[in-house]
Amino acid sequence: MATRATAIEDAKTGDITEAVYEHPFVVRLCHWLNAISLFVMVGSGLQIFRAFPSFGAKIPQKDLLNWPKAFALGGWLGGALQWHLTFMWIYIATGLVYIGYQIFSGNYKQVLFVRRDLPGVWPMLRHYFFFAPRPPVREAYNPLQKHAYTSAIALGVLSALTGLAVWKPVQFSWLAWMMGGFHWARVWHFLIMWAMLAFVFGHLVMVVLHGWNNFVSMFTGWKKDPEYPSE
Amino acid sequence: MKPRTDSRKFKTISRRELLKLTPVLALGAFAIPQLQKPLLKGGLAFSDWASARLFRSGHLAPTFPDTDLTPFEKFPINDYDVDDPGVDFDKWTLTVAGSVQKPGDYTLAQIQALPKVTQSTRHVCVEGWDVIGNFGGVRLSDFLKTIGADPTARFVTVECADDYYESLDMATAMHPQSLLCYEMYGQPLTREHGAPLRLSIPTKIGYKQAKYLTDLSVSHVLGKVGYWEDQGYSEFYSL
Repeated sequence: MATRATAIEDAKTGDITEAVYEHPFVVRLCHWLNAISLFVMVGSGLQIFRAFPSFGAKIPQKDLLNWPKAFALGGWLGGALQWHLTFMWIYIATGLVYIGYQIFSGNYKQVLFVRRDLPGVWPMLRHYFFFAPRPPVREAYNPLQKHAYTSAIALGVLSALTGLAVWKPVQFSWLAWMMGGFHWARVWHFLIMWAMLAFVFGHLVMVVLHGWNNFVSMFTGWKKDPEYPSE
Repeated sequence: MKPRTDSRKFKTISRRELLKLTPVLALGAFAIPQLQKPLLKGGLAFSDWASARLFRSGHLAPTFPDTDLTPFEKFPINDYDVDDPGVDFDKWTLTVAGSVQKPGDYTLAQIQALPKVTQSTRHVCVEGWDVIGNFGGVRLSDFLKTIGADPTARFVTVECADDYYESLDMATAMHPQSLLCYEMYGQPLTREHGAPLRLSIPTKIGYKQAKYLTDLSVSHVLGKVGYWEDQGYSEFYSL
């Protein structure tokens, strides 16, 4: 897809550096709002879970999944619910703005994993995990990256839907029913959180590996020295 | 040909793009202690407002066959104070007050004279556990009719033998599955489950379903909301 590109000429030396405008403003805004709200949702969610850290029956209670308060936000169940029920609106609004923008601007092509990307997955995996040479990169995101981002967006949608089923299992009884009832909706909501955390972990590792120019691009939109042809 | 940019100009462009992100810093307000409390209170109030909008009077909570019932022994007993506040059943009455035509003391027999409803519904606790229980009683809406409750009133409040208190919005109180419950699993309520009379409201979270009722009032304005709500829990918490 067409990306704005420029050649930067150093004022003193006259050296030329390529740069591409990779992340539109709305994408950057949503990225950081989402990073913060996801952090709050996970932290407060873990505190809510601490009130009954089990997926079994209350009697006899199986306390298998408890973890330290240090990872939790909100202090107590009521406080955590206040955080969760406040930031869920920010989380959902951000998601809707992001998805709406991506669709209407056509920018979704940058991240959406499609059939055409399928053959490129294996070479990328070999490069990352088995030291195979890096396959040539032709666009902003490689097939594996697209797969990760598309999955993350899908997980975001699922986290909201399972959350809705846990919050309103009567008004949205059809939604809870699709997930196997209230009890299972709670399990799915929890598992989806872990899947998202797995994505965040991989994402952060890749950010570190890809260096400063790549990191800065999520703030300014512009990426210097892109790994792919800038036209 | 790509356009060329002077490196200084590129810096200016980059800085401008970075500054566009300043709205994100607004979320930092949640980290300021003086602002945090009112902001979270506002967020919770917004959620309650949305809950009230999502509530549909005619929409029934799912009901379940007997095979899905949680065994009675495994139905958890939750209370904020004591399992048994020591209600004297012989002297017990439900004291009715507020915007009603027939205030006064109602005996259990008077309440049980109304048409009986039995239903197996899911009971969801704010802690996260859920059970399916069998509840028998009379429709709260039938009782409100009996006492001549003002149809324009907005709230039904209850007080309990253990000094617990709760309130319901009128739409939920009038819901056909909202019960004044005196039986569980076909047996009279046990003391731990709220004998002689409790609320069973399958469209609400557990803490709204008060036990050991002693007083019921119909009102236009709400003072105290509920024991847990007044400590910061959701006021409307419909399911």
